[in-house]
Amino acid sequence: MVLPPDVSQAEFDRAIAAFRNAVGPDWVFTSDDDVALYRDAYSPMWSEPEERVASAAVAPADVGEVQAAVRIANDTRVPLYPISTGRNLGYGGSAPALSGSVVLDLKRLDRVLDIDEANASVLVEPGVSYFDLYRALRDTGAKLWLDCPDPGWGSPIGNALDRGGGYTRAAFRNHFDAHCGMEVVLPSGGLLRTGMGAMPGAKTWQQYKAGFGPWVDGLFSQSNFGIVTKMGFWMMPEPEACLIGRIYADKYDDLHALVRILTRLENSGVVNGMPGFGSPLLQRRVPADPQNNDPNGATQIDQALHDAFYTGDDAAKALIAERVKSTGRSCWSALVKFYGPERMVRLQWEIAKEQFGEIEGVRFGDPEFYGFPLSDADLEKIHKPTFGIPSLSVFNFGIRTDLRPEPMVGHQAFSPVIPRTGAAIFEANKVFARIFTEEGLPVPPFNLPGCVWERALMLICIFPTTHDVETNRKYRKALRRLIAESATRGWGEYRTPVAYYDTVMSTYSFGDHALLRFHETVKDALDPNGIVSPGRYGIWPQRNRGGPR
Amino acid sequence: MSRPVAFVLAAAAVLACCGTLYAAKPGPAPQGDPARGQAVYTRWCTACHGRGPGHPGTQSLQVKYGGKLPPALEDRTDLAPPVTVQFVRHGFALMPPFRKTEISDAELRDLAAYLARNRK
Ligand SMILES: Cc1cc2nc3c(=O)[nH]c(=O)nc-3n(C[C@H](O)[C@H](O)[C@H](O)COP(=O)(O)OP(=O)(O)OC[C@H]3O[C@@H](n4cnc5c(N)ncnc54)[C@H](O)[C@@H]3O)c2cc1C
Repeated sequence: MVLPPDVSQAEFDRAIAAFRNAVGPDWVFTSDDDVALYRDAYSPMWSEPEERVASAAVAPADVGEVQAAVRIANDTRVPLYPISTGRNLGYGGSAPALSGSVVLDLKRLDRVLDIDEANASVLVEPGVSYFDLYRALRDTGAKLWLDCPDPGWGSPIGNALDRGGGYTRAAFRNHFDAHCGMEVVLPSGGLLRTGMGAMPGAKTWQQYKAGFGPWVDGLFSQSNFGIVTKMGFWMMPEPEACLIGRIYADKYDDLHALVRILTRLENSGVVNGMPGFGSPLLQRRVPADPQNNDPNGATQIDQALHDAFYTGDDAAKALIAERVKSTGRSCWSALVKFYGPERMVRLQWEIAKEQFGEIEGVRFGDPEFYGFPLSDADLEKIHKPTFGIPSLSVFNFGIRTDLRPEPMVGHQAFSPVIPRTGAAIFEANKVFARIFTEEGLPVPPFNLPGCVWERALMLICIFPTTHDVETNRKYRKALRRLIAESATRGWGEYRTPVAYYDTVMSTYSFGDHALLRFHETVKDALDPNGIVSPGRYGIWPQRNRGGPR
Repeated sequence: MSRPVAFVLAAAAVLACCGTLYAAKPGPAPQGDPARGQAVYTRWCTACHGRGPGHPGTQSLQVKYGGKLPPALEDRTDLAPPVTVQFVRHGFALMPPFRKTEISDAELRDLAAYLARNRK
């Protein structure tokens, strides 16, 4: 068992006894087997001394018990690491940023407190998963969709606090932006409600976000300034229809126009569902294509073609043109989604086609049209999160296939935000391929962005984590270089695994790290004992400043 | 119109008796209830291991066994309870372990009984 760096065994034992008293002995986990359940199953530091591990876990049942745990932590200086559903795999799982922290597992706060169909909003506790909320919506018959990330195993609160994203309309797929009102247990143990919730008896907590005065909600995302015990979310009313259109372009350089036109359509509200890009030629599916029986990586790579996408010179373009001809597959595809009344989505698709018509030789697939409820046949073939349905189908990206007899054991994500241009996509891919080559690692297939966020693009590069220390070290070194070299070009990570928190935070360095110093000032003011999630997102309290020694 | 609801999503009665079952205690292990185990399976396992397409666990086991064993766990007749316990508490490949706040020891015993109900 690993103790927090500056806590004695006696103080730790006193904390555990007090936790048992506060939440009941069944809900304090201290045995090695039980604590191991909180390891990051995808840790890129698996079994190395640097792997971040908890010392124990405490699972309160309600807000009062959360406050009691926080008071005990202040009294004994034992740091807590709150999780909602703890499925942040790829970005740290349920393991703390500082080894020895006690995980505060909020899974037992599992009530859907309100479903307001007319206002299209819900109020939930942290232990409510996407699957749970989906069931609750169905049980009440409310015609509301929830926007979920690819895996439905997480929670609206945990995901939003890590600023995760989904697949439907922009207002909902940015999960933090879609929230309306929070309740937070502060590091002092006090209770705060934000937005209209600050007014006792407010009638509009889930209707008006800002309340009065500074809007502080953002401070509780990607941070360690408090423990969120309730959050309201705006839901998407079930649309009358959804139309999915596909656009195909054959020339390598067409990517520039595809991105430009799609961006204009989205910014002007014509395309209102999450769009994306793919490459039929490379057999790269568009994020939001169904993840059924043809996972990426299930087909043999055409190495010359794969290399040509990175090189992009005249010879490469000629090879690509030849392959387009010989295979009949387009170089690029774009996917656009429209949600709304049937007449409207059909018209929106017509307008989109007109605008994409600027690209010479562009072709359009037959649109997929869906009304609701979906038929069983549709349910089998669709990408469920596009329709507000939680799923775990995404995991077939790493399962056994005939070409990969051993399944993956985990992954980590490098997720830089880049400008919304074709040029940025090409440039970023080239930089990443060079770094991988220099680091002696296989170059991943050409990466095409999803458009989770409005205005920007984000490349999500998935790299394996393994149980082999040397392989993990190699990937970590490469990832650190990717982060650093991206920063020199002005591309920053939106989120990162725990192993890279400090590295990424150090790239947001304008004004001699003014932003980090601001965070530290807030941290010291709110949490003088440094008991909430020390080190999360590179924010270390005074007592651990600079990271664990 | 607001619909206040308070779905208690975990089965409180089941959770109340957690923490005792697979501890190294002498005496026979208590039997699980397959009917309750089916509910646990539906809630926690089907998203990956359900029958039919779109279930990565099922797809992966289809490749592994090439049809020699049924790919959906519910259709297996060889899953002894300790095997289920091992996978749930230790995970495998991309499947992470499940914590006791998710599947309690009592629920795990029921789940194991459900998957062993047709054991030959
Ligand atoms: C194959 C795969 C695909 C994925 N696809 C997506 C995707 O499409 N979109 C996406 O966003 N993510 C994706 N993820 C990442 C991840 O699985 C989800 O984001 C997941 O929802 C996060 O886990 P969670 O909801 O259980 O949050 P948690 O793990 O509970 O929370 C995340 C972090 O937020 C903090 N936190 C949580 N709750 C609280 C609280 N109440 N108070 C204070 N701090 C808190 C903690 O530091 C915690 O570690 C993917 C992961 C995998 C493996």
